[in-house]
Order: sequence, then C-alpha cells, then structure tokens
Amino acid sequence: MPVMQLRSIGKTFRKGTDEVRAVEGVDLEIEPHSIVALIGPSGCGKSTLLNMIAGLYPPSEGEVFYGGRRVADVNTNVGYMTQKDNLLPWRNVLDNVALPLELAGRSRAERYEAARAMLEHVDLAGFESKFPSELSGGMRKRACLARMLLYGPQALLLDEPFAALDAQLRIAMHDLLLRLWGENKQTILLVTHDLVEAITLADRVVVFTKRPARIASEEVIDLPRPRDVMEVRFTERFREIYNSIWDRLRQEYDEEKL
Amino acid sequence: MSTPDDAKLPDEARSEQTASSLRPSVGRSLAEVSGTTMLAMQILVGLLSLAVWQIASGWLVHEFMISSPLAVMNRLWQWISSGAILLHVGATVHATVLGFLIGAFAGVVGGVWLGLSPFLSRLLNPYIWAFNALPKVALAPLFILWFGLGIDSKVALAAVLVVFLVFVNTFSGVREVDSELVDSLRLMRAKRRHILTKVVLPSATSWIFAGLRTAVPYALIGTIIGEMIAANRGLGYLVQRAGAEFDTAGVFAALVAIAVLAVIFNEMVGAVQTRLERWKVVGR
Repeated sequence: MPVMQLRSIGKTFRKGTDEVRAVEGVDLEIEPHSIVALIGPSGCGKSTLLNMIAGLYPPSEGEVFYGGRRVADVNTNVGYMTQKDNLLPWRNVLDNVALPLELAGRSRAERYEAARAMLEHVDLAGFESKFPSELSGGMRKRACLARMLLYGPQALLLDEPFAALDAQLRIAMHDLLLRLWGENKQTILLVTHDLVEAITLADRVVVFTKRPARIASEEVIDLPRPRDVMEVRFTERFREIYNSIWDRLRQEYDEEKL
Repeated sequence: MSTPDDAKLPDEARSEQTASSLRPSVGRSLAEVSGTTMLAMQILVGLLSLAVWQIASGWLVHEFMISSPLAVMNRLWQWISSGAILLHVGATVHATVLGFLIGAFAGVVGGVWLGLSPFLSRLLNPYIWAFNALPKVALAPLFILWFGLGIDSKVALAAVLVVFLVFVNTFSGVREVDSELVDSLRLMRAKRRHILTKVVLPSATSWIFAGLRTAVPYALIGTIIGEMIAANRGLGYLVQRAGAEFDTAGVFAALVAIAVLAVIFNEMVGAVQTRLERWKVVGR
C-alpha cells in the first residue's frame, strides 16, 4: 500500500482579488521506502505539494492521504527539510538537534546522549556548542539532518535541501543522505530543480509542468544500489536517463521563454 | 545659554593641541584612537565644561540662574552626608522599578497576546493607536485622584508610559517571527506552549529588549512628573521644592541624581540583554 497518496489535488492561492493557480489535477502515489524526486521549473508548485503532504495547509480540491488516513492537520509523521535551515539561531547545535526529544518531554541526559550520537553519525561531532551562525552551510545541513533523524519520522520531505550549497558539498550531502537512507529506508520525497541530483538519489523521477503544476511524465531510475554518488553520473545508463528526462523537461523551460 | 558655549570654543581648541601631542598620527585617525585615550579625552571634555561653567557663573551669567559646579557639589554632599537624599532616591527608585516592572509585564503579555491573534489586533487597532497618541502625562491628575498622593499614583504613571513602548515592540517582534521556524516545530509535534516559549519569545527577545530599553527613561519620567505634581518625597519632589525655593544649586543637584539613576537603570537592562543574547554577539 502506498504511504502517501495524492488524489486529484488542486491548489489555488488567493490574496485579495489575485488568484494564483499553483497545482492542478495531481495524482501521485508514493511507495514506502522509496525515494521519489519531483522535478520541474522553479516556482512551479512542487513545494506547495510538499506543504500539503505535511498538512501545513489543505488542498483546494482533492485529498491527501498519509498512511491510509486523510491529512487534516499538521502531519507529524514526516520530517521536513527546506532550503532554509530552520535551526533556532539562539540555540547551540546540541540543543537544536535535541529539540525534538525536548518537545517529547525526555530528560536532559537522555536527549543529549541521543543528540551527541546523532551528531557523530552525520560527522558533526565537536561542534555541539557552536551556534548556527558559526557553522558553514554544509554543517548547518548536517545539523538539520541530525535533528530530523533524531525525531525518527517514517518519511522525509526534502524541499531543495541542498540548493544553497556548492557542487562539492552537495555531492557530500548526497552521499550522506544515501548512507542514512540505507540504514532506515525512510520514504523520501525530494523536490529539486537539479536533474543530476534527482537521478542520483531517486528510484523514480516525476517531472512537473510549469505553473500550475501537473505531472508531465514519470521515469523509473533503474540504476543499481548502492550507488556511488560521485561515479554514477558518469555511467552510460545515467546519461540515457538524463537525456530522456531532459527532453521532456526542456519543453517546460522552452515554453517559459516564449 | 549661548554664552558658555561660545566661551568653551577656544578652550577646546587648546585641548586639541594637547591631545595631538599624545597621538602618533595627526588628523583623520582622530576618531580611531584607543579606548583609554578616548576615555581620557571624554573626561577632559567633561572637566572643561565644568570649568567653563564655574568661570562663567557670576561673571558672564548671574549665579542665581545657573548656580555653579562647586555649589552643586556642595549641595549634593550636604544631602548625602545628612542622608536626606536616601529617602528621595529610595522613593524614586521604588516607584520607577515597580512602574517599570508592571508596565513591562503588561506590555509583553499584551504584545504577545495580540501578536498571536490577528483577529484581536485588527479589532482593537484603532483604540490602541488612539490611546497611544494620547500624551500619557495628562493622565497624572486622574491617577492622583484614583491612587492618592502616595507612591501608587507615581507607579501608575510610570507603568502607563512604559506599557505602550513595550507593547508596540513586543507586538512587532511576535509578528516578525519566522513562520517557517514555527511550522518546523509544529511538524516536530510541538504544542502551542512550546511554540510560544521556544520560538516566539526567544525570537522576539531583541525586539522586546529594544522596547524595554527605550522604556527605562520613560519610567523615570513618569515617576518624576508624578512626584513634581504631588508628593512629599522623591527626586522629582526635590527638583520641584528646590525650584520653588529659588535654590538653583538644589535643582541641579537633584538633576544630577536623576541622571545618575537613569544611567544605572539603562546599564542594568543592557547587561541582562547581553546575557540573554549571547548567540547574537558570538555570531557577529
């Protein structure tokens, strides 16, 4: 049974008399333990879909299901990570990472122990007492990942999480993400506009049209796992998939130009 | 007032010369001198102004008008050595602190409450601004009527001056809270009170403190005005009494005491803010 289900989702934003149609007629099913990448032109409404799965606001039409139940309120089963870091700037790394356990009412010793272990796991040991403003962009992403994983969600919603990083750091984060996914096999829904990132990470790539977002095409990525994030992009199969998706994606960008 | 200023200019020109002999480079780097040199220069400016005041008094301006630093110091010393000033300082501090705390508490609570409730803030908006535009000092007679001649009416006046400054800042601070931060906590199963204590209040802290800091002198103003209108103790009463007795030195002495109090209050709020906002200082 799919863990997430979108049934003929539509979303219109209203501000005064202005109406923006962000999403139209989207049907999508996400299998458990899979990584699915949503790709499309920037600002096409992919993030809107994630926000609706997270239950931050309801769709205008259609229904969102998570684990067989309709999402009516904030969906606390998912971990959400956006391009912005969303670490609390007045807390040090340790207190930031331990926050989910703090909210769950665990004791200080317990949550610090778990947070330290998780920081170790994402290669951020030794930075416990630093404030977010003292960290580099990549370290902040690691801290966000650690916080999200500590909370133990079954599914991760990632909204262009690595867009702000430079190319080398992004590859390192892809590596880390795949390693962490290999351990717990959470369902991951990844929004990106980077086709290489999408193919490197995902089992399935869903291409969206420009606004309002509709599904243009889908492609199954049959590259074998575990994947070497550095090497996989130079394989022949990767190139074929890349070209096939890019042909479809380019139409969206071409129309944009006209 | 213009005469002592004019008389000061040649003296300052002379002080420039003495200061320049202490510095290695002349001219543009004057603003970049070290902290201690600057402190020395600041003290020098203060002493020079006092000297000019002392000289001008009785020579350029009648001493009855501006008294003189020596007379003021003398008066202050009299009050301190007799212990008489303690009563007045105590009364002013008491009313100021109490008024400040009450006003600050009400301002923060009101600001957070309305900041989190778009409906209430829209509903009450015109009334709040109308009340804010009212010169609160004009409420003094009303407070004296309600709370009597004692400390309560001063506390009320100080509090009502403080409450709006703190309210407006807290309100803006709460409105400025990053909604993505709030959403990210909601997804981590945060309850309403968690969001308030772990996101809203900390992120509004610098706004709240900006309000508290501006409010400190106003708390003092409220108290002093209350004391000047009707009281039998307090520094405001002291200014008022000395003025009525044509005791210029006494007026200045009381003003000095008020200025010292204002500086101490301000430093205390600043110290608390620095402690609470270490993360900001470190991040710079």
